[in-house]
Amino acid sequence: MSLAKAATLDEPGGFTFLQLSDSHVGFNKPANPDALGTLKEAVDKIKAMPSRPTFYLHTGDISHLSKDSEFDNADQVMNGLNAPVFYVPGEHDLLDDGAGKAYFARYGKGSKGAGWYSFDQNGVHFIGLINVADLKPGGLGNLGAEQLAWLADDLRGRSTSTPIVVFAHIPLWTIYAEWGWGTADSAQALDLLKRFGSVTVLNGHIHQVTQKVEGHVAFHTARATGFPQPAPGTAPSPGPIKVPDGQLRKYLGITDVTFIQGKEQLAIVDIPLAG
Amino acid sequence: MLHSVFRPISRAPGAKAFEMMLLLAMTCSLSAAYAQDPKVTIDNFTFTPAQLTVTPGTMVTWSNADDIPHTVVSDDKVFRSKPLDTDDKFSFTFTKPGEYGYFCSLHPHMTGKIVVKTF
Repeated sequence: MSLAKAATLDEPGGFTFLQLSDSHVGFNKPANPDALGTLKEAVDKIKAMPSRPTFYLHTGDISHLSKDSEFDNADQVMNGLNAPVFYVPGEHDLLDDGAGKAYFARYGKGSKGAGWYSFDQNGVHFIGLINVADLKPGGLGNLGAEQLAWLADDLRGRSTSTPIVVFAHIPLWTIYAEWGWGTADSAQALDLLKRFGSVTVLNGHIHQVTQKVEGHVAFHTARATGFPQPAPGTAPSPGPIKVPDGQLRKYLGITDVTFIQGKEQLAIVDIPLAG
Repeated sequence: MLHSVFRPISRAPGAKAFEMMLLLAMTCSLSAAYAQDPKVTIDNFTFTPAQLTVTPGTMVTWSNADDIPHTVVSDDKVFRSKPLDTDDKFSFTFTKPGEYGYFCSLHPHMTGKIVVKTF
């Protein structure tokens, strides 16, 4: 058990949640012939942990091709977690003819506009944003004016001491524009968040851990459970990379986040599936 | 494409020979455009060739060689493919002259252009 987690147990009001991301259920190419299998492994790993998180976030690309069968398979595995899972879609989840009809039918209940929403847990305000809908040629991820207006409204009147956790699929800071790893209008969202004393931004999409702290904002991307992608600029494209046999599970993983009452920053620990 | 056709010709001696070869080259490129259906390959998150010029009535076929699905979506909503998984293809016949910018709606940094004009 980590120190942070041990402290949580003593501290009233503290809690832990886990982030899963980029499961790509349905993917079966050489980089990982069984993406559903590695999602199962992630869930089994969580179930074997000494203490269970209060809830889960999944930061998108649950499916590879937005197929009902892929969502079904993912759900059957995720149901094994026996706790609420809060989803935001990745671009792979909105691929069907209905631009996400299958996704929203399953995970969109209670969300606003194109699927964004917020909720509170032990005094922490969580905001799920969507930056993969209706993308424009040549551009990056995009939140759009309607969602930014909703965000401004959602934050209005909240105390600056409220810890905020924002989660979305594509990173909300530009990691590598050449590969589209950023969100065009994220600066406007961050501007709305700058008055808060503790902001944690959790993303996926790039299938690897990156982090940065800027002022009161901690940015973090999670490993995938599906397949690894190259570090920015180290390959001709951001496509899946085939790592040496036996190494795959070092590149896949989940992210454990602990909130301790009275501490400004959340404790983030990345846990690979193996190694 | 035209550039590479012209380059060896410019070295040919004599204006007359040049004109004849130019005519021949133009005829060849015309018939070539009609004879084969041009293809755009999607590989490493890139449309190749990024720009393709065709005559009206030409069918262009895109094929995806990546391990990741892509789409082919016209900027002006003239055409839109379904998600193309590995080795999937999408074809569209261009009837009207014009410039047709397109992109991958999943990875919008991927862009390309089809120019349709009468030679």
